[in-house]
This record gives sequence, structure tokens and C-alpha cells, in this order.
Amino acid sequence: MRTTRFSRLLPFVVGAVVVVVLALLPMLNLSLPGILPGPTYTPGSLALMSLCMVFAALALSYNLLLGTAGMLSFGHALYFGAGAYGLGIVLEAAELPLVPGVFAALLGGIVIAVVTGAVAMRVNGIPFAMVTLAFAQAGSVLVRRNQAITGGEEGLGLNTDGVPDWLVGVVNTRNLYWISLAVVVLVYLIVLWVDRSRLGHLAAAARENDLRVRVLGLHPARAKLMVFVIAGLCASLAGIAYLLLQSGTQPSAVGADLTITVLVMVVLGGVGFRWGAIVGGVLYTILDQRLTVLARADGIQQLPDVLRVPLSEPLFILGVLFILVVMFLPGGIAGTVDAWMRRRRGTRDSGMQEGGALDALEQQIDRQAVAP
Amino acid sequence: MTAPILQVRNLRAFIAGQQVVEDVTFDVPATGITAVLGRNGAGKTSTLRGILGLISRKGEVLLDGERIDGLSTHRIVQRGVGYVPEDRDVFAGLTVAENLALAERQREPRRDFVAQLFPDLVARRDQRAGTLSGGQQQMVSVARALLNDNRLLLVDEPTKGLAPKIVTEVSDALAEAARIVPMLLVEQNLDVVRRLADQAIVIADGRVALVGRASEILDDADLTRRLLGVSAEEHV
Amino acid sequence: MSTLILTLIIGLGLGALYFLVASGLSLIYGLMHVLNFAHGAFLTLSAFVGWAVAQAVGVTGWGGFLLSILVGAVVGAIFAALTELLLIRPLYERHIEQVLVTVGLSFAAVALFEGIWGTDPITIAGPPWLSRTTEVLGASIPNKYWVLIIAAGLVLAGLVLFLKKTRYGMIIRAGVENRAMVTALGIDVRRSFTLVFAIGGAAAGIGGVLAMHALTYVSAHMGSTLLIFAFIVTVVGGLGSLTGAAIASVLVAVMQQVANTYLGGTGDFIVVILLAVVLLVRPAGLMGKRA
Repeated sequence: MRTTRFSRLLPFVVGAVVVVVLALLPMLNLSLPGILPGPTYTPGSLALMSLCMVFAALALSYNLLLGTAGMLSFGHALYFGAGAYGLGIVLEAAELPLVPGVFAALLGGIVIAVVTGAVAMRVNGIPFAMVTLAFAQAGSVLVRRNQAITGGEEGLGLNTDGVPDWLVGVVNTRNLYWISLAVVVLVYLIVLWVDRSRLGHLAAAARENDLRVRVLGLHPARAKLMVFVIAGLCASLAGIAYLLLQSGTQPSAVGADLTITVLVMVVLGGVGFRWGAIVGGVLYTILDQRLTVLARADGIQQLPDVLRVPLSEPLFILGVLFILVVMFLPGGIAGTVDAWMRRRRGTRDSGMQEGGALDALEQQIDRQAVAP
Repeated sequence: MTAPILQVRNLRAFIAGQQVVEDVTFDVPATGITAVLGRNGAGKTSTLRGILGLISRKGEVLLDGERIDGLSTHRIVQRGVGYVPEDRDVFAGLTVAENLALAERQREPRRDFVAQLFPDLVARRDQRAGTLSGGQQQMVSVARALLNDNRLLLVDEPTKGLAPKIVTEVSDALAEAARIVPMLLVEQNLDVVRRLADQAIVIADGRVALVGRASEILDDADLTRRLLGVSAEEHV
Repeated sequence: MSTLILTLIIGLGLGALYFLVASGLSLIYGLMHVLNFAHGAFLTLSAFVGWAVAQAVGVTGWGGFLLSILVGAVVGAIFAALTELLLIRPLYERHIEQVLVTVGLSFAAVALFEGIWGTDPITIAGPPWLSRTTEVLGASIPNKYWVLIIAAGLVLAGLVLFLKKTRYGMIIRAGVENRAMVTALGIDVRRSFTLVFAIGGAAAGIGGVLAMHALTYVSAHMGSTLLIFAFIVTVVGGLGSLTGAAIASVLVAVMQQVANTYLGGTGDFIVVILLAVVLLVRPAGLMGKRA
């Protein structure tokens, strides 16, 4: 299928336009009643949108793990928490300024990801998921017990001494908004790069058929570990943004509950689709933050209890949607849209097709052998 | 000539996405033992498992004229297909009696027939199947298939890994059983095949290479070496 | 010495609770290869309904107590059976999707419980004897632990009898070993799936009501916390092995209590490390079949 330069550049152009529009939002007076608490320049709306982007970044990182590498982890929140708590602790205890603190937190996140990943990958499938669950639980327990360092159950506040003034305070929410935007764009680019690279193809091929990849003389385990660590790094990045945005963090940022929430985001959005992960992250955040407000609306209040109670619980709605998606729409939102669009176009291109990743990898290897 | 008990038409089978049976077509006569021969990896076991629906399959399979290729395994077996798997697959944690009781499908299972064929099992009824020898486990596996009024038995390498004396006992039992039920028998031991089988189907690379009388195929040394990878005089 | 006795017996009691929850998980995974994340929700709902029943009949009386346990078992069984029929069965053989659907159910159920009963734990009361203690070798053991131990013992005995003496029990034992061969004998294993879910749900329901009395409160999240321990016990004991789950329950709970008492409250942490170690050294668990 011959693609013109235009059609290949189109996604990038669209992406760039979207990013520019998003960057301009804090200066515009757009309103999305019901969804946003106020016009787009208000701190409330900016905080909400920033949170959406932080979770979109987290969802993207998880999609890299689950969608590309096919690794079901129940402990991904550990790295998110490592970023958040890492930066918080470093700022508080070591009194480092922000930028070195960020690097320290990221480094910590990488180290934890390498260690836990290497240990967990000694098993596969469900046992792998259980080990990751155990690690996340251990992290959660560690955080809750060590009151002195982590603030225990109450959570850790952001020590603003090391943080530049322009990131502190409600007035500067738009700066935090731009930081969150930068984080989600950065994570997206990282994830995109991995997906397109030989590393990503290798991990995806291993997801489909581990044995065949090894028969090709490659080492899927190494690739999967690398993807695991990169995903963890992106999660830590999101965690750092989270700490700055919320001016603090709490133990729920570490445990299995948050990972399951991210799993819900990614599955709803569509496993294996980057934009699906973003949609899932945004959808979850908006529902979670806004539904309780919406539920106070008269219309809902007047419903009989049987309807009102479930509809006032955002997580219930998400859970039910999740179940429906798993049972009837396994592609999630993105997958369903993608399948619909492909049916309309009548084309069948590789990518999510059975054997697609494996074939792509073999082609890549052949090309490299022929043209040194 | 009576109609064949089993008709397989363009059977294709898959394990984890890989095609293991390319395209297999054959008939199994309503009496006697039909052997399935071929090299290791030719697709013999996968053919049996495909017929039973234990692995994913496409194509037509007719049992006594009725299509069974769309049914799930337990329904196929309930229609009267007995299965003696490669590697025996007895339930190690259950006793001999329990292994047999599990297999009973009808109100009056053929307990006497089985007891007669395998007196050793009667003596060991309360022994855990995991502690039996290979030969005894094979007896349990065959006995399971004989307890019910099956219309066809699918038997997969029943003498694999057994000592010569036990091989004789097992083939005796199979010969006895063949008097009341037709069998499709995958077997690498060509002596056993020569003794038991009337017809033979040779599978190579997932396809049927040859169908004919078992004795004629085995007598042709060239053919045997080419398609089965072993000389007919060798004991497997 | 009395501290040690106390620690050990509380460990035994806690182990009894873990076993009640883990027994179902273990059988379900062993037979169906489904990791049932919704098991905690079965437990929680049974506790809430059991509490409502006890309140209706009279919380301080033994009648109310026993009835709440019975109702808890029934509620757990029904909830579990419905889950299997409506959510798991349609996803036959798609194990990852089955796990995901139980995750979604647990997610939705906990949110619903919070909506109905609120987010704060509700203090409960029971027969006064439960809050008293009994002296054993110098240690004062809270009586609720005896109830847990007796209940777990009865459930274990009941399950073992069921597995050994009934045809369905035989099918389940065989199915845990080799599900494909059971179908190759002409048996429809799917009916056993529903049965195993129902049994697991009943045991979890009993566990839920008793956990409520042990904790002296009931809350929407109590299932999730217990579930993590039940998972650990199931994996350590060997997925699919009832005896393994029994041994592992005691082992894990006693280790946890000992670490809490003598190693400065690190019980939870030690248990998680135990899980990681077992998974890496012997992934099949103590009594599990080697993969």
C-alpha cells in the first residue's frame, strides 16, 4: 500500500496542532459545562485538566507494558508512587532544589523498576501478575508504616522550599498545567518511539509468540525488561507531576488499587492503542472528579435510590463499563472505533492483526541482513 | 460394505495458532482396527485430538453420518467416542476405582468385560493411580474407554514406553476389544500394527500420504522407510 | 511464654480466616485457572447482609450469630454462582479476560457497597462471649479466635468429605489435575465450574461474617484487604490444592503474627516477601503440581 508523504505526516501535524491548542487553553475562555467546573482559564478547570493529563501519561505507560509487551502487571502504581514519594522525600529530607530532586526521583524509579522487573520476570503470566501485586503491596505497606519518612497514612506534603515560586500556589496553576502537558507529551513521545523501534517490535512479537522470537536468535526477555523499565520510568515521571500538582501525595498512590484503576483506564480506552490510553485516562479522571458533583444535580437526586446510588458512584459506573467492554468490546473505545474505521475503509493493514508484530519483526531483520 | 463409522473431510487443526494438521481426509471402517502411521511430528496425535475437538479445528467430521466437528469434546464423547490418550492421562490422585467410575456414562457399564480383560486392575482398585506402573496405567486408560458402549475408539500410542511383555498384554486387550468396537489406532510399534491392524492410513507433513491394507504397506520396505522413517524390521 | 502462646493461637485463628477465604480461591484457580478478584466482594456482601440479619434477630444472641453465618454462606454462594454464570462462563477459555472481568466486578461492587453503606466502617456487636477471653497457659485468648478455628475446621472437613465422597467432588479433583481429560471422558466440566464458584463463595461468606466479628466492624473495603492475604496463601500453598491452602494459611498467619509481635510490626511486609520468595523458588507453591 503506497502511502503518500502527506498521509504519513498527517498524524504528526494533527498531533502538533492538538498540543498547541491544549497549550493555549489556559489563556482562552472556553467552557465545557458539566465537564469542567469553569472556563478553561480558571484554576479549578486547569487543575482538573492537569490531573487528566497526569493520568493519561500513567495510562500511556501502562499501555506500553500491557498493550505492546503483553505483560499484565498489578504493581505498576509502585513506580508512580516511587516518583511522587521519591521527589517528595528528596525535597523534604535532602533539601535539594527541584531539578536535581526530579532526577533523583527518576533514578530511584528506574532502580526500583529494574530490580522488581528482573525478579518478577522469572515467572510469566498469572504468577508474574501476582509477584508484581506483591511488590506493590510491599511498597504500600512500607509507605504506610514509615511515618517519619513518608508521612504514613496521612500522606506526604510537598516541601515547597526547593520548588521555584512559579510552581507553587493556586495562582500558578497554569504553570503546573503546562508542566503536566509537557509530561504527557514527553511520555507519549517515549512510548511512540518504543513502539516504532526494534525494541518495541521485539517485545510485541514476544507477546504474540515467545518461542518463535527465541528461535530467531533474539532475546525477548531482555527486550521485555527494557520495556518494563521504560514503562516504570514514564510512570515515575507522571508521579512527579502528580506530586507537584497535588502539592502532596498519599499512600493510595502506591498500592494495587491504583494499578487496577489504571488497568481499568487502559482497557476501557483500548489496549494497544496509544490514544485509547489517553482517552481512558481522561475519561476516568473526569468521571471520578466530576460525577459526584453532577450527582448532586436535581435530576439525579429525584431518582429512586436503586438508580441514584449506583449513578452517584463514579467507580461503579466505570466498573460496569469495564465489565461490558471486556465481555463485548474487547478492543475498548479505541479498538471499536479502529475496527469500525477499518471496515469503512475496507483495508486491512498490519499492526494489531494476528502475527502482525512477528511479521514486522522478521521483515525488519531481513532488511537489515540484506542492506548492512 | 457397511458405511464407515467415521468420515474425516479436509480436517485442519491448530495449536496456539500454529497449524499442525494441514488437510486430512480419510474414512474409518465400521469394524476392525485402522492404524494411523507416520513419522514423529507428522500430525497423527493432532489428528485424533482434532477429531475430538481437544484442539482447534476446521473441516468436516462425521460419526456414523452425523456431523460432530462443531461439537464440544464432551458432547462428541457422549455420542460414543472413547479416547485412550498418548501418555495415558490417568488421574494420579484418584484411585483405580475412581478413575474407572469417572468414565462410566451409562447405567449398566461393562464392568464385567473390563474386569475380565484386566484382572490386575480389580485387585488394585483402591490403589492411587499415580503409584501404578506405566503398563498398569495403560490398562486403566484402555479400560476407561471400554466401560461404555462406544461406537468408535480413538487410541493413541498405547504401547509407548512399555516393556515387551506389557506390550503383548496391551495388544491382546486391544485385539479382544476390537471384536466389539472399531478403533482408530495411532501406533509407532510396527509389530503391534502388523498384528492388530486391518487398514492403515499413513500421514506425512500433516496430510494423508497413503491408505491401504496394513500388511501390504508394512511389507513394502522402501515405502516404510520413506514414509515412516524406520525399517519394518526394527522394533520401536 | 504467654506472649508466644497468644501470638501462636491468634496466628492460628487468623490462619483459619485466611483459609476460609483462600479455600474457594484455590479450588477455583485449580479447576478453572481463573484468578477470582471478586472473591473479596463475595465476602464483603455476605458480611453486610449477615450483619443486617443479626440486627433483625438480635445481635447479642447466639441465634442471631449462627443465622448470620448461615445467611452469609448462602449469600456468598449465590453471588458467586451468578458471577460464574453471567460473567465467567461466556468468556470460556479466555483466562485473561476472565481475570479482568472479576477485577471489574470487584471494582464496581466495592463502589456500590460504598454507595449503599457508606465509606466509614460500621461497628458491629455480637454475643458477649466473643469479646471475652479464655485463659490458656497464662495467655488470655480472645474467644472470637476459637470460633474462627472451629469454623475453619468444619469447613475444611466438609470440603474434604465433599471432594472424596461425591461424584462432583471426584470430577473436581480430576479436573484440577487434567481438565481436558475430564471432558474427554464425556463430562461437562462447566457445571462443576459453577459448583466450585458457589462453594468458594459460601466459604468466603462464612469467612466474611466471622471476619466482621474478629475486626468488630464491617466496611466496603474489608474484602480487598483480606483478599490480598488469601491470594498469598493460595499461591504459597499451591494453586488448586486444598491441603496446601490449609497449611499455607496457618504458616502465613503465624509468620505474620510472630513478625508483628517480635519484629516490630513488620508482619505484612514479611508475608509479601514470603510470597515473592515462594514464587521465585518454587512457583508451584508448597503442594501445587509442577507446571
